[in-house]
Amino acid sequence: MCAETQVLTFPGECTSIHAAGRSPVRGDQMVSAADLEATARGVRKRLVRMIYEAQGGHIGGSLSCVDLLVSLYFGVMRYDPSNPGMSGRDRFILSKGHSVEALYCVLARAGYFPEERLSEYGSFGTMLHGHPTMKVPGVEIPSGSLGHGLSVGVGMALAAARDRARYRVYVLMGDGELAEGSIWEAAMAGAKFGLEGLVAIIDSNNLQITGSTDAVMKPKDLAGSWRSLGWVVQSVDGHDCEAITRTLRGLPLAHGCPTMIIANTVKGRGVSFMENQAVWHHRKMSAEEYEAALRQLESAQGGRPS
Amino acid sequence: MTGTGKSCRSEFSAALLHAMEQDPRIMVVASDSRGSAALTDVFAALPNQCVEVGIAEQDAVGIAAGLAQTGKRVFVCGPASFYSARCLEQVKVDVAYADSDVKVVGISGGVSYGALGSTHHSLHDIAVMRTFPGLGVYLPCDRAQTAAITRMLAELRGPAYMRIGRDPVPDIYDDDHGITFTSGRACLLEEGRDCTIVAAGEMVHPAREASRLLRARGIRPRLVDAWSIKPLDQDMLVRSAAETGFVFTVEEHSIYGGLGGAVAEVLASRCPVPMRLLGFPDEWLPAGTSHELCRHYGLDAEGIARAVSGALTERPGQGSPGSRETP
Repeated sequence: MCAETQVLTFPGECTSIHAAGRSPVRGDQMVSAADLEATARGVRKRLVRMIYEAQGGHIGGSLSCVDLLVSLYFGVMRYDPSNPGMSGRDRFILSKGHSVEALYCVLARAGYFPEERLSEYGSFGTMLHGHPTMKVPGVEIPSGSLGHGLSVGVGMALAAARDRARYRVYVLMGDGELAEGSIWEAAMAGAKFGLEGLVAIIDSNNLQITGSTDAVMKPKDLAGSWRSLGWVVQSVDGHDCEAITRTLRGLPLAHGCPTMIIANTVKGRGVSFMENQAVWHHRKMSAEEYEAALRQLESAQGGRPS
Repeated sequence: MTGTGKSCRSEFSAALLHAMEQDPRIMVVASDSRGSAALTDVFAALPNQCVEVGIAEQDAVGIAAGLAQTGKRVFVCGPASFYSARCLEQVKVDVAYADSDVKVVGISGGVSYGALGSTHHSLHDIAVMRTFPGLGVYLPCDRAQTAAITRMLAELRGPAYMRIGRDPVPDIYDDDHGITFTSGRACLLEEGRDCTIVAAGEMVHPAREASRLLRARGIRPRLVDAWSIKPLDQDMLVRSAAETGFVFTVEEHSIYGGLGGAVAEVLASRCPVPMRLLGFPDEWLPAGTSHELCRHYGLDAEGIARAVSGALTERPGQGSPGSRETP
């Protein structure tokens, strides 16, 4: 490794982050898989309602990443919603900014702002823009233009490494987003700087607005691409909150390098007629479709809709 | 060129190094641009405050924004041609929209790179940078001003773009380390009543030389250094327009959207007077050194003086009726 790695390597304390009394840790307050799944179900219902009432939104990708967000915010990350700028907080960047409805619902549920404010979504002058902005408590960087988040995450994790701070930086990207070249610039940088505190997650649902990511543009060997650049790579079922939480809490998988979690997901997850349908990237729901979606989410057991 | 032997960029790096020694939160990000930005000494002296990302301007700006969002105060430095185009979206979103404490420093701006050609010229940077809300745009004209604005940026929280040139330039201001400039306050370099010449960056020197030529011909221009293009010193410009009745702008930039555009936007609504915008026309430039290019387009002292005296004599009521069109 380059000389810089020595300066930057974490002192081997990562797996004990949550046991070391580093309060406040929202994640430690709700750790059972059942709790996480119930939360995810609530978030799905809320974001479907939000998008229906606003008559617009990126519903497929939001449903796809709910379990990842819920696991992060209620099972893994350290933060204090009453003090969003807390210096030692873990950072989350939604690089796939169009899944903003899921993020808003999770931030509200985590306590960053009152859940009633979600009803403002889609109205003039609201802080809840159609992509994340700094006006929303808990948002670390604006996003919406794809391919930006990982570089910003590298910067945040590099600051932690240089300052010997212990916080982690989580960056959630879409698989379609990987066609943006800037991501690969950041991938090289994360590895060069040996950023053990940097955790990238791909919401790998294999769909984008045009259709299959396989057909549109995708690395031939997704995991191998990242490995070859110096990342340690782990795959996980992106809808299994227990597996996601266990994996993220078990990091780092190796010292002196950043982590890539490839989360295998289903676009539109939880609403049968939206699942794996590219058209639901941001299609508007009819009243009937909305009622049907809510019914399915209500009747789902343990976050495992049929 | 009657240069002093020391360039603005070396003055910038010396001032930056001093600021970094005083404030360990200040960091610098380079993209294989240490040489261009004269940052080699800074990287050697303070490695823990320096970041090299390779030839990747988008990554450089994104990383700079990420560092800044943790409380660092970041200067990201490289050729102006690339930092105002290749990573423009990162400057827009990660820096300006995010209100990140990042100073984008475009080195060798304008036609500094001369013979390297249009890929390396930045004749669009002012136009694009000044449309981003919250992003200051500054063009120092000499060594003392470069050092002073660098000190100012090291103190000023928030996003900004500074463009500096490549080669040594003559001094405009006294090389006094106590000199200070205030964002949004232009500098009145020479008093005059016959017209106003507003210049910025490395065009201030030929504009001053042009003013001398004009004075010898009986025309007394007022000379304003509008180094702070955003925020712009609107009041001084309006006052000068009202008192002199004719405004010329001189810039090492496209005539579209740069200093001339910024001044015209203000005067059009607050004090419309005849104007001429001196800059590079809407065409790709021929091969040539920066001095050859400036001379070719009338951006040397003689060319500026010629444009000013010509326009003033053509002014309605001053001889043959002239056109009010900008060149």
